Amino acid sequence: MLGEGILQGLMETARNFFGSYIEKDRLTTVQYPEERFELPEASRNFPFLLYDGTDPDAGLRCVSCQICEKECPPRCIHIEKSKDKKPDFVGKQQFYPAVFDIDVSVCMSCQICVEVCPFDAIRMDKVFELSTGDRFGGLLWDKHELSKSNEYYRQIHPVEAAETDERRTKEKADAQAKAIAAAAAAAAKAAAAAAAPPSDASSNGAAHPNPSKPVTQ
Amino acid sequence: MTVAGLDQIFVTLKDILVAHTPAPLQTIVGILITIVPIIVIFPALFAVTTILERKGLGRIQNRYGPNRVGPWGILQPMADAVKSLTKEDLVPRAADQVVHYLAPLVLVGASFLGFAVLPIGRNMTAVNLDAGVLFFFAIGAGTELAVFMAGWSSRNKYSLLGAMRAIAQMISYEIPLILSSIAVVMIAGTLSPTLIVERQAAFSHGLAHWNLFTPWGLAGFILFMIAGTAETNRSPFDLPEGESEIIAGYFIEYSGFKFALFFLAEYLEMFAVSGLGITLFLGGWSSPVSFLAWIPSWAWFFTKLLALIVGFIWIRGTMPRLRMDQLMNFAWKFMLPMTLVVIVSAGIWRFLPVSFGGSAALGGMVRWLVCALVIVVPYVIFARMLGRGNHIEKRVYRFAE
Repeated sequence: MLGEGILQGLMETARNFFGSYIEKDRLTTVQYPEERFELPEASRNFPFLLYDGTDPDAGLRCVSCQICEKECPPRCIHIEKSKDKKPDFVGKQQFYPAVFDIDVSVCMSCQICVEVCPFDAIRMDKVFELSTGDRFGGLLWDKHELSKSNEYYRQIHPVEAAETDERRTKEKADAQAKAIAAAAAAAAKAAAAAAAPPSDASSNGAAHPNPSKPVTQ
Repeated sequence: MTVAGLDQIFVTLKDILVAHTPAPLQTIVGILITIVPIIVIFPALFAVTTILERKGLGRIQNRYGPNRVGPWGILQPMADAVKSLTKEDLVPRAADQVVHYLAPLVLVGASFLGFAVLPIGRNMTAVNLDAGVLFFFAIGAGTELAVFMAGWSSRNKYSLLGAMRAIAQMISYEIPLILSSIAVVMIAGTLSPTLIVERQAAFSHGLAHWNLFTPWGLAGFILFMIAGTAETNRSPFDLPEGESEIIAGYFIEYSGFKFALFFLAEYLEMFAVSGLGITLFLGGWSSPVSFLAWIPSWAWFFTKLLALIVGFIWIRGTMPRLRMDQLMNFAWKFMLPMTLVVIVSAGIWRFLPVSFGGSAALGGMVRWLVCALVIVVPYVIFARMLGRGNHIEKRVYRFAE
């Protein structure tokens, strides 16, 4: 009958109206500045640069390879390579960025810089309350504004950070093992050279860094 | 202060104020004292209604509604007013400047004029016209003119579409609106709103003689309010605005204060139509039961007005917007015949004897039942006819499944 559905609808809205005063869990609105959602693990906004330890200048992971600058679709990254080098986390001498700027007014949060970075140096941040009165300088972030510690990364993306840390620890251990092996080999070589200087064949065999490798193949 | 004194407090105040002005100014001051409260109170009611509506709709949708400005957000209308007053007033270069400028003024003017004939309390009619109901509908037609002025002068296809829809809708629904009030005019035998209210203000067995308490009055009231909703372009009949399809309809090209005027006019029309509904069917300023008759008449009027506003908000929160063909079908195939049936029923009510076999109670009951039957049977028939051929079949996709 005509009008029946209207009455049913009116009952439903009346139930909502009075119910919202009685049952508090009907109101799903989060009163934003006072209350906040916990952001999901996968949420992301703008990239930041990671550093190890406590000193952003010494621990910055970026080696200024400029892959992210080239891959960035809206081209919001600007990097200037340093003239000198400093040791990275495994002790290898690397360049570092003298200038690293991201224009966040251009950035589209695509995360491609993160995908392509071979050094785990750039990651996505979660901060979103970034309004500023200065729309040019305030949105062009330099190296110091972008640098954030690994501790912070562990806080905002625990799962990703654990995975990265594990990989990097392994890399570092491998590099150290390699360095020890190389040092041992060099020592052995020096010893062998001292013991039997005329014998070429024996010195070659002893100097091989990983003698078991041919066997496994 | 006596009950009668409180009831007539505004009338007495006006008389005192007028008596204390110099004789040559008395007419002007008297007119001003009548008009200014209307111009102040109804826009104030508009401010209250906007916050009520936003809070109410919020709760209907399980939200809080505005709650930032002032305690519980009750100062939101002030923030809205400041916002609309400080916004830039843009006029399209291609618009007809004069008509574009005049449209909101005509609309607000026409909306305000309707209040002139409404009795908002005992002896509180601004202009006591003998043909007040007729005046109300004549002025109501002025809003249609203003709407079309706005839609045409903006030179925007959406605004023109909105204006065309508005005209089609308002003219279609004006007929049931007027026809449903004709039943009241027939029974009361007068076009004067003041007299119509006075006829309803009498009591028998403690119950007022409201037209709402008769079968034709109940049906007429429902039809009147449906037509009134359509007439004031409120949801579910808000096709002329149709935010999701034609953005804002006829006032798309208005901004700032002119937009606020359109908004104000829309609510004023809603109050005016509700006010006329109250006058015609809900006994105007009279109390429904005799033991509550001590409450001042103006308080009754505004209580009823607020109740109808709440009804409007409730309806808006419940129903989706109609389609154009549904709107027209409903107007011409259901509303129009039903209002004619209501007129017939009112005629039967008038001429059936009040006492039946010597018993007044039995006679009243028989009269009530006969008149109700005269309305219910055609209602069932028209509802069936309206629903025919409207069955939505499940759509079968031949290739997608």
